[in-house]
Amino acid sequence: MNDARLRLPLAAAALPLVSFLVLPLAGLLLRASGEDILGTFLGPEAARAVALSVTTTLITVLIAVAFGTPAAYLIARKKFPGKSVLDALVDLPVVLPPSVAGIALLVTFGRRGVLGGMLASMGIELPFTQAAVVMAQVFVAAPLYVRTLAVAFAAVDRDLELAAAIDGASRWQTFLRVTLPLSLRGAVGGAIMTWARALGEFGATIIFAGNFPGRTQTMPLAIYMGFELDLRVALALAAVLLVTSFVVLAAVRGIAGRWIESA
Amino acid sequence: MNGIAARIVLTVFAAASLNEAFHRAADEYSAVNPGTEFLFNFAGSQQLAQQIALGARADVFASADMRQMRAAMPMIDTASVQILVRNRLVVVVPSSPGRRVRRLADLGSPGVKIVLAANSVPAGEYALRFIGKCAEARDFPAGFNSAVMKNVVSYEENVRAVLAKVVLAEADAGVVYVTDAASVKNHAVETIDIPERLNVIAEYPIGRTRESAHAADAERFIRFLLSARGQEILAHAGFTPAGRTAEGFAPKPASPENTRHE
Repeated sequence: MNDARLRLPLAAAALPLVSFLVLPLAGLLLRASGEDILGTFLGPEAARAVALSVTTTLITVLIAVAFGTPAAYLIARKKFPGKSVLDALVDLPVVLPPSVAGIALLVTFGRRGVLGGMLASMGIELPFTQAAVVMAQVFVAAPLYVRTLAVAFAAVDRDLELAAAIDGASRWQTFLRVTLPLSLRGAVGGAIMTWARALGEFGATIIFAGNFPGRTQTMPLAIYMGFELDLRVALALAAVLLVTSFVVLAAVRGIAGRWIESA
Repeated sequence: MNGIAARIVLTVFAAASLNEAFHRAADEYSAVNPGTEFLFNFAGSQQLAQQIALGARADVFASADMRQMRAAMPMIDTASVQILVRNRLVVVVPSSPGRRVRRLADLGSPGVKIVLAANSVPAGEYALRFIGKCAEARDFPAGFNSAVMKNVVSYEENVRAVLAKVVLAEADAGVVYVTDAASVKNHAVETIDIPERLNVIAEYPIGRTRESAHAADAERFIRFLLSARGQEILAHAGFTPAGRTAEGFAPKPASPENTRHE
């Protein structure tokens, strides 16, 4: 574990990839000026994009947790016909190009989509709405939560659950007091990954939800459109997205790690 | 000159609306100039201009307006810039029986979903100018401009994305170029003509990049596009020929037109 001899060659071997990952981020931060960032944040369009990104991604995470937790438990613990198919299906949206996801959503939930007529009869039109933004995010990001949590559920020592059951705990109590706490790191990690992926979602959103400032223009869309209109604003927004993502990822990981260990 | 020995790849950055016409022109050019191959990058002109300005390797740039040609200007050989073709706007609507937009004035009806190209996209800027012209015209109701703008549900990243949303009938109407509407197969959309007085004529400038590795070939391809045959190919796709006469064809870098209209 503490083999200091291997540290140097390992670091040397990792250096090309690590520096390749870090350099563009550093370049972005170097090009974005603090003045522009402040100015951008005071500008109404960017502020609306930030607000929209925050609300939609939080809703996405809530949906992923509410419906993804039972799905993860099902995949991790239950045997049923077609399980391997479900397993693969859950991973599919993550590896699909987001543009494919966007077109799939459009031809399914759009006005002329497979379910479009049914939705229209209920007075629901999804494309170009905030609901469409959330749907695009859930589609591409929720599987990350399900997958991570399923792995965590599967890793829980079944003997501990058995012991709780022998001590008279009901199934629900066992789940709440034993299984869930032991999988909490997976749940939190999965939720963070889902949130981060949703925050960066672009391709499915622009196709399914379109681009309208304040309604469907999330930060990635604002950056893409801004890249062509005003590179300085785009750089500022990109830097803000980069820093917030990093800070939140690091903070939540740190907090979650400590809190879970002390629990 | 000696095209047989050397294989040349011309990289052409062109406005999304030029897609079909340029593919056809390139095929004919390659037939006459064997050894010349084409690498196309079709996108919104504003995106191409940014890519070129940030150092993307291209030999030829064809933009859908002078604003974006000017944005790429530091990397463009200004002496080579000429007007390639003209294009006109048209309103496209889904060809379904229950369509909500039947004439231009319907664009302002409540509940109509309109998709435009973003303001940074030439087609988007032209569309805004067209709507502005309508609002000033006597035969359109007062408040037409704001009524239409209220109906806009999305500002797409290029004009072909606008067309796609109408083809899929997700939008009730979109403003695209005549050439885009002509490219749709199977009558998936219907068009509503925009009369001359309300229309906006788009001028497409073309030029070669300063640092093109194949400057002579780039210029020869541009000459081909401007030749009678080249213009014929473009006209076949619905473009209006550049017209070297009446409206004054001038091989100069820029016409002063095209200040941003909001």
